[in-house]
Amino acid sequence: MNNVFVYLEIEGTTVADVSLELLTKGRKLANQLGCQLEAVAAGSNLAGIEKQVLPYGVDKLHVFDAPGLFPYTSLPHSSVLINLFKEEKPQICLMGATVIGRDLGPRVSSALTSGLTADCTSLGIGDHEDKKEGKVYKDLLYQIRPAFGGNIVATIINPEHRPQMATVREGVMKKEILDAGYKGEVIKHDVAKYVPETDYVVKVIERHVEKAKHNLKGAPIVIAGGYGMGSRENFDMLFELAKELHAEVGASRAAVDAGYADHDRQIGQTGVTVRPKLYIACGISGQIQHIAGMQESGIIISVNNDENAPINAIADYVINGPVEEVIPKMIKYYKQNSK
Amino acid sequence: MSLKIVVLAKQVPDTRNVGKDAMKADGTINRAALPAIFNPEDLNALEQALRLKDAHPGSTVTILTMGPGRAAEIIREGLYRGADNGYLLTDRAFAGADTLATSYALATTIKKIGECDIIIGGRQAIDGDTAQVGPQVAEKLGLTQVTYAEEILTVDKAGRKIVVKRHIDGGVETVEAPLPIVITVNGSAAPCRPRNAKLVQKYKRALGAQEKAAIAKDGAELAYADLYEKYPYLNITEWSVADVEGDLVQCGLSGSPTKVKTIQNISFQAKESKTLTGSDKDVEDLIVELLANHTIG
Repeated sequence: MNNVFVYLEIEGTTVADVSLELLTKGRKLANQLGCQLEAVAAGSNLAGIEKQVLPYGVDKLHVFDAPGLFPYTSLPHSSVLINLFKEEKPQICLMGATVIGRDLGPRVSSALTSGLTADCTSLGIGDHEDKKEGKVYKDLLYQIRPAFGGNIVATIINPEHRPQMATVREGVMKKEILDAGYKGEVIKHDVAKYVPETDYVVKVIERHVEKAKHNLKGAPIVIAGGYGMGSRENFDMLFELAKELHAEVGASRAAVDAGYADHDRQIGQTGVTVRPKLYIACGISGQIQHIAGMQESGIIISVNNDENAPINAIADYVINGPVEEVIPKMIKYYKQNSK
Repeated sequence: MSLKIVVLAKQVPDTRNVGKDAMKADGTINRAALPAIFNPEDLNALEQALRLKDAHPGSTVTILTMGPGRAAEIIREGLYRGADNGYLLTDRAFAGADTLATSYALATTIKKIGECDIIIGGRQAIDGDTAQVGPQVAEKLGLTQVTYAEEILTVDKAGRKIVVKRHIDGGVETVEAPLPIVITVNGSAAPCRPRNAKLVQKYKRALGAQEKAAIAKDGAELAYADLYEKYPYLNITEWSVADVEGDLVQCGLSGSPTKVKTIQNISFQAKESKTLTGSDKDVEDLIVELLANHTIG
């Protein structure tokens, strides 16, 4: 009872990275709180799924295995969590800020009247004193996220309601196997007891999932362009540089909005989080949402006309000059010196 | 066969164009410095609703928004583009609502509006980016939902079915779902049609009660006052908590499980950075340095 729960997102029979990252974070939170870590797997043909899950330090894995639970649809998965949580009364529930997590989380929070914070960039445990009510709350989940277009960072708490729910984007937390031989309990539930037949009302007629076209998340070098690239043509220079450096190309939200780059290349709070050893920011001013997605990069180079661009404050090297001149020079001198 | 469609729309500060004066000296947000706009993805939702109206003659599109008196602007904007009517849910008791209290207020109002086939809104609002209100409204109405919709392909009102193409992580899927339903629309969906000049003429004097009161308070007289009796559609309906028979405890701050503990201004741990120019020498030196320490190459 009152444990930390993680909802596992499962594509086919593979647990998503974001869920494994949350298990790692959930394990740490459970240790801090002195409670157990539990996980929920709902899908089809899940025999052996525990092998992917328990090594992250999961004490209890709840398995809901039925034909109608994959592909994901809203109602059956909501019923699984709502009815399980009514029995188990978790204190914390984490899920990925993915399409599924953002479809499922709000429904569950609405049914349980519990608070949900979307797209957290950090989670912690701490106390809260409500001076007006004269109450002190111990060991609350601090749900930290940029707000208001990223101009502020807010710490959100749910003093009275449980579970305290939060979604976190893929790549924000780090996944780490705790112990390959970790011993956890696997509980196979009777799905029909949790999900009424009437929940299976949405039919997936056609489904098409592609492997990502690029490996932005895992790339050791990322070259990212912002609105300051000025045009799609200028932006395309970044691909030339990337080809030379064996790097991947990312973009700020402003560059995506301007049509310079595809949406799946967006780096930041509402895009991908990256941790490359080298990050080259070109024409990016550095709004907090963007910085939230790349601040843990090893070396940061900022190429910008504006010497006061906020990103320069976290850069190791600032090249103060026009991107359309500097990028070709970088290509040229890399070619000359790398041989 | 005609459809009854409710569009959920929100007036939001334009957080995409935050200027230098957006933050006050004390670290709070200077809302006055940010223009109020129609939440972008709600416009995508409005377009899907209007397309259904085009395809199913006799359908009605109703805009539902919650906010202060000036949010009547959202309803006017919807009317200019082809919506039939709108409701502004406005009450001090709604202030400080998180997504759960907001969804309670909206769901209660939708019940008051009466039977409808499709409730549609943007995936998320740019002032919070939470994407929670749509699914929470669906849960509160006991309806299913399709989120991240790209396009409504077909609606079969007699068969009570809708087919929607939607985004999923790494792909797309097409789903068939029952009516009534809640749908949230992705920003990549078709953009909203522009204002229609005739409709602008028709509705430009449409006002909510608070807007009329604000004009009177300034000592000015309401222009063409007699029009509002002659043409009832010029009066934008405002509803309070009492009008929708809402439970005060579930509204606003008291109905919000999430609380903001602290708010911090952004400040970064400044690194000791090396500043270079864009000259050939500086760029070449940097490349040579990065090659030498095996950062690149």
